[in-house]
Amino acid sequence: MTNTVPRAAETPLPVVFVGHVDHGKSTLIGRLLHDTDSLPDGKFEELEAQSERRGGEFEWSFVLDALQIERDQGITVDTTRIWFKTAKRDYVIIDAPGHKAFLKNMVTGAASADAAVLVIDAALGVSEQTRRHAYLLSLLGVSQVVVAVNKMDLVGYSEERFQEVSAEIRAYLQSIGIQDQTIIPISARHGENVAGNAGDGGNTAMPWWVGKSVVATLNDFSHRPAPVDQPLRLPIQDIYHSGGKRILVGRIESGRLKIGDRLLFSPGTQTARVRSLESWKSGPRVAAAAGQSVAFTLDEDIFAERGHIVSSPGSAPTEANSLKVRVFWLDETPLAVGDRLTLRLASSIHTVTVGTIDQVIDVHSLQSSKSDFVECNGVAELVLRSRSKIAYDSYGAVRSTGRAVLERDNRLVGGCIVQERAEVAVRHNLTSVAQTVSVDERALANGHRGGVLWMTGLSGSGKSTVAMALQRRLFERGRQVYVLDGDNVRQGLNRDLGFSPDARAENIRRIAEVAKLFADAGFVVITAFISPYREDRNSARAIIGEGFQEIYVKADLGTCEQRDPKGLYKRARAGEIPEFTGISAPYEEPLSPEAVIDTANRSVDGAVGLLINHIDRAFEAKREGALATAGAAG
Amino acid sequence: MNHLDALESESIYILREAYQRFERLGMLWSLGKDSNVMIWLARKAFLGRVPFPVAHLDTGKEFPETYAFRERYTKEWDLDLIADDCPPIEEVDAQLPPDSRFAARKSLGLKQALARYKFDALITGIRRDEQATRAKERVFSPRNEDGGWDFREQPPEFWDQYVTFSQPGTHFRVHPLLHWTEVDIWRYIQREDIPVVPLYFAKNGKRFRSLGEEGITLPMDSTATTIDEIIDELESSRTPERSGRTMDHESEEAFERLRVHGYL
Repeated sequence: MTNTVPRAAETPLPVVFVGHVDHGKSTLIGRLLHDTDSLPDGKFEELEAQSERRGGEFEWSFVLDALQIERDQGITVDTTRIWFKTAKRDYVIIDAPGHKAFLKNMVTGAASADAAVLVIDAALGVSEQTRRHAYLLSLLGVSQVVVAVNKMDLVGYSEERFQEVSAEIRAYLQSIGIQDQTIIPISARHGENVAGNAGDGGNTAMPWWVGKSVVATLNDFSHRPAPVDQPLRLPIQDIYHSGGKRILVGRIESGRLKIGDRLLFSPGTQTARVRSLESWKSGPRVAAAAGQSVAFTLDEDIFAERGHIVSSPGSAPTEANSLKVRVFWLDETPLAVGDRLTLRLASSIHTVTVGTIDQVIDVHSLQSSKSDFVECNGVAELVLRSRSKIAYDSYGAVRSTGRAVLERDNRLVGGCIVQERAEVAVRHNLTSVAQTVSVDERALANGHRGGVLWMTGLSGSGKSTVAMALQRRLFERGRQVYVLDGDNVRQGLNRDLGFSPDARAENIRRIAEVAKLFADAGFVVITAFISPYREDRNSARAIIGEGFQEIYVKADLGTCEQRDPKGLYKRARAGEIPEFTGISAPYEEPLSPEAVIDTANRSVDGAVGLLINHIDRAFEAKREGALATAGAAG
Repeated sequence: MNHLDALESESIYILREAYQRFERLGMLWSLGKDSNVMIWLARKAFLGRVPFPVAHLDTGKEFPETYAFRERYTKEWDLDLIADDCPPIEEVDAQLPPDSRFAARKSLGLKQALARYKFDALITGIRRDEQATRAKERVFSPRNEDGGWDFREQPPEFWDQYVTFSQPGTHFRVHPLLHWTEVDIWRYIQREDIPVVPLYFAKNGKRFRSLGEEGITLPMDSTATTIDEIIDELESSRTPERSGRTMDHESEEAFERLRVHGYL
């Protein structure tokens, strides 16, 4: 729209117009532009002529619907920007689409706004989309909101109806933390309470209304101040080499910076001082503050790279391998536990997996519920886990480093704000970092501890079937998991061993040693061997130590013999296989296993479900202070 | 920080982001006021010199003053200039109205440059306030294999986080001036003393407000001979900036169609 663009050398206040499709946003904007005298010469007449040519009635929304597609479908497809001015200041309007299918565009528009106009149809009232938009405004941090209860002409300018709609939306906005709200009855079509100041004699349709107009309310709002007084956060964007100098560049997101300041680079412990601020044609600088793009050199040649967040050592961001976030999901494919995503927080990039979805929030009722999925346009609280350390702040403390976007397959699929750390966050300290990777660090990175699920039971009891199904489910939930069974052990590592008691003992010993290594590496290892002798299993427990979980996969001999998946029982009965457990060799039942899975009376899915719960408890990444004593007792 | 400082800082952030994220980055230099501002901002972002090629899509039909400007400032600003000729008018879609056809040579020139230099991103100086369809743009805007723009399926973009990917044949347009207005541009030119083609200043009662090729760009009535006078004039004007660009007005959707097919 080539309307009257701002002439003043001041930043216009960005205002987003949101609300349900058809509640009249575009009409309100068209009217606003006209009533504030912000349309270019001849535009109104041109549009009137156009609608005449099309044989339809003039609509105020035509002013906005600059694209053919919008006129044909009658909806605003994308965000667009238009300027208008009042006696007080210039504004830039961000018109965000109201149709649910275009929520990603609404978010795109609203994220850059300092204030919002939420439009509600007086006759239709507060819809689900009204609530969704309001909820996203609060999530995006837009706290200055005008609610325009539109189409008052269609309800006979009824004060009673206005009060009904007001009460409903007021309660909702308060419950999601939007306090600064003004609710105004308007008729965009007839220009009632749009720009005209109510109560000055111009408002004959709603004499009962003594409040302000939409424009007068907007004039009371203010720009979001640059966070110069918050702690320094300067994400490193890039590093240039010029004239023998190593120059770091980035934008100061909050706080201040001056030559000589000591800077900390997070994640990590490196510090250095600012030697110089570099620029071309901007004059010599000694200091800079929030909002400025800067280039600087350091007094020491430390390792710095894109993604580092620069702060002052006394007020550093937090570091953690997992974050508890509130996410809004914008992709058609739902978000699921175990999904792998790319997280972009300031200039840093991390590969994260969805650890748990703690609650999915119904934006209509504000009720939350448990779910394994977040649907498109949904909002949820969940835990993201990363192998790399994330330097961050909580959104409430520092906005720019307390929020992030999520990508999948090179597409932006969601946004999130950080609520708090989810697990033990490693607070910053200035001692050196050990080069080895500790058990605790692995547990934090993976979101679970390593350990061994030692399945024992008769041939045909279902150990392998359950182990494989369990492995698949754990893998999909983002767990590091591996199955050791006859197929991958007997043919390689233990191919020299037979089935005598001694050979069986050695077989179990080697399996236990391998399982322990995997567990140390952070894996959940599932072993699926008959392992019939109590003594052998006890020695496996001794080898593996903490994290050994004996799981008795129980089915009576009759059931197993009837299943006989490999025809082994038949051959054993025929005397073809000597020392066959249950037939010609003993099976010693576990005396006190960590869990018993009765497969004679339970489906594979049921067995897997039980074991998942067991594993979640047994191998949980322990909370602060509990690491040293984390053990096998599940 | 004042308004111009804020705009400058944001543009520098975008330019540095583009330079970091793309391997084969180029900038389009139309020689107009906006693209001169863009080169100036790039010199600020990269501390003196533009570190990637700058392409002028040459139709051979620019004004003589424009060519003189190009010669002078390519040297003075130490630019790595690409100035290939656009394909001839015969190769343009004959369905387009005459002046749009003329303009569409630039689209073909652009495709030619993309094919020849394998750019994975091009920085251009479009602004949201110029024209309705440009108002819909993203800062990082993906283009398909034909250079086409799918305004219906644009990716979300917020919190200054940009998604980039490279698929053979596709490219991104990067728009560091998207949030600037015409007056912002002039105030910045004035503040920074950035040279512009003299045709922007009035001569014999006429000046060019938007600079395109000879024949399809019309001057407006004006007496503004200094930047101050231009700003004063714009402050009282309610005529659209591109009103002198004849191809925008041939039909209701002409410009939109040009853009969907890859025009700037």
